[in-house]
Amino acid sequence: MRPLGILLRRELALAWGGGGGPLLALAFYACVATLLPLAVGSEPQRLAAIAPGSAFLALALASLLPLERLFERDYEDGALDLLALGGPPLELVCAVKCLAQWIATGAPLALLAPVVAIGLGAPPKLAFAIVASALLAGAGFAFVGGLGAALALGARRGGLLIAVIVLPLFAPPVIFGAGAIEAVAQGLNPLPALAYLAAYCLAAVAAGPVAMAAACRNALS
Amino acid sequence: MFAALANPQRFMALSRWFAPLLGAGAVACALAGLWLGFAAPEDYQQGDTVRMMFIHVPAAWLSMFAYACLAGASFFGLVFRHPLADAAARAAAPLGAGFTFLALLTGSLWGKPMWGTWWVWDARLTSVLVLFLFYLAYIALQAAIEDETKAARAGAILALVGAVNLPIVKFSVDWWSTLHQTASVLRAGGPAMPAVYLAPLLLMGLAYTLTFGALWQVRVRAEVWRRRAAVLQLRNAG
Repeated sequence: MRPLGILLRRELALAWGGGGGPLLALAFYACVATLLPLAVGSEPQRLAAIAPGSAFLALALASLLPLERLFERDYEDGALDLLALGGPPLELVCAVKCLAQWIATGAPLALLAPVVAIGLGAPPKLAFAIVASALLAGAGFAFVGGLGAALALGARRGGLLIAVIVLPLFAPPVIFGAGAIEAVAQGLNPLPALAYLAAYCLAAVAAGPVAMAAACRNALS
Repeated sequence: MFAALANPQRFMALSRWFAPLLGAGAVACALAGLWLGFAAPEDYQQGDTVRMMFIHVPAAWLSMFAYACLAGASFFGLVFRHPLADAAARAAAPLGAGFTFLALLTGSLWGKPMWGTWWVWDARLTSVLVLFLFYLAYIALQAAIEDETKAARAGAILALVGAVNLPIVKFSVDWWSTLHQTASVLRAGGPAMPAVYLAPLLLMGLAYTLTFGALWQVRVRAEVWRRRAAVLQLRNAG
């Protein structure tokens, strides 16, 4: 376990070191949320109706930003070769990288999500549901997004390609995450939607690293 | 069967006759299906628009069948490392995207007179749209990686991951309450339509399937020719 712990610390340090870590994604999230009332009109009733859903959509978009550097950086400077040759299996290495991604970017974004949603006019009683579903969905975004990042290794215009690969796969967490918030807003039980969201994340955590490692080996071969 | 076909030489010899044969069969089935389709009486509710079914439903079937072929070929390419399977997967993707686009387009044209709207965000329509996006992502990934072997293997991983969408498309009408109707051909208790509609529908389904089979073989043949040309070019250059 020790090498994986060191790897996790390295990933977090890299996320914080180069360019302020989650700050860039948070700033992007705030920018998208600012443009939204300008685009759809700032009447409070209209905004309040779409606030939770659009906060979730912006969250999915902001989660795309750090993906491009997730494997590309290590691929370019050769660190990925060393990680592939090292003791722990590449599958676990990929899982740790995605875990670090979730801690460094997913969690801060999840904490900003209720601020954005309430700023757009969502009732404050939704804050807890928004944090819970954004945290869960963040894990799914990180592990599924990591797969897109690994597949796009060595491709031209990788960033755009990652978005095209990953956004269709983001459909279920967006449906169930926004569904859970909507259920709380209407006074219904959010647990079924949260359970589906958790199931998606568990499947992503279980299957994602295997596919990621296969994609990394393919790019390195 | 796959092992025998995996030999490019044998595949080329066989598909040389098989592909035109399937194409001719497709034309014959399409002609018969269209004839019966236009001869069928008007539906008591839908009127003339019921004939949309004969071009919409087979396209929707083929959109899923082509993805299953894509995923199957990807599996063979990934596990058994056979170059012809890679070529087959690569060749199936644009065809599948075409059928999916056709299904979305004809469904939209059919939805306007019947449902009163071009598009609704219900489970079946959305999951088919996601299927279309998966095809596009696969094609984009293939195009963006220069090394062909690497592109094929990365695409295969993506195709297998995207295969989880297939059961969602199939069962979306049963799991969620949707505007789109549930399955009416393959269902317990037999097809829910009279033979006068079922016969042209099945004929058109056969015609679409044969078209896909013929075009798929033609595209794989083109891929094999392209590789041979590239090898010749390299040999002459050296």
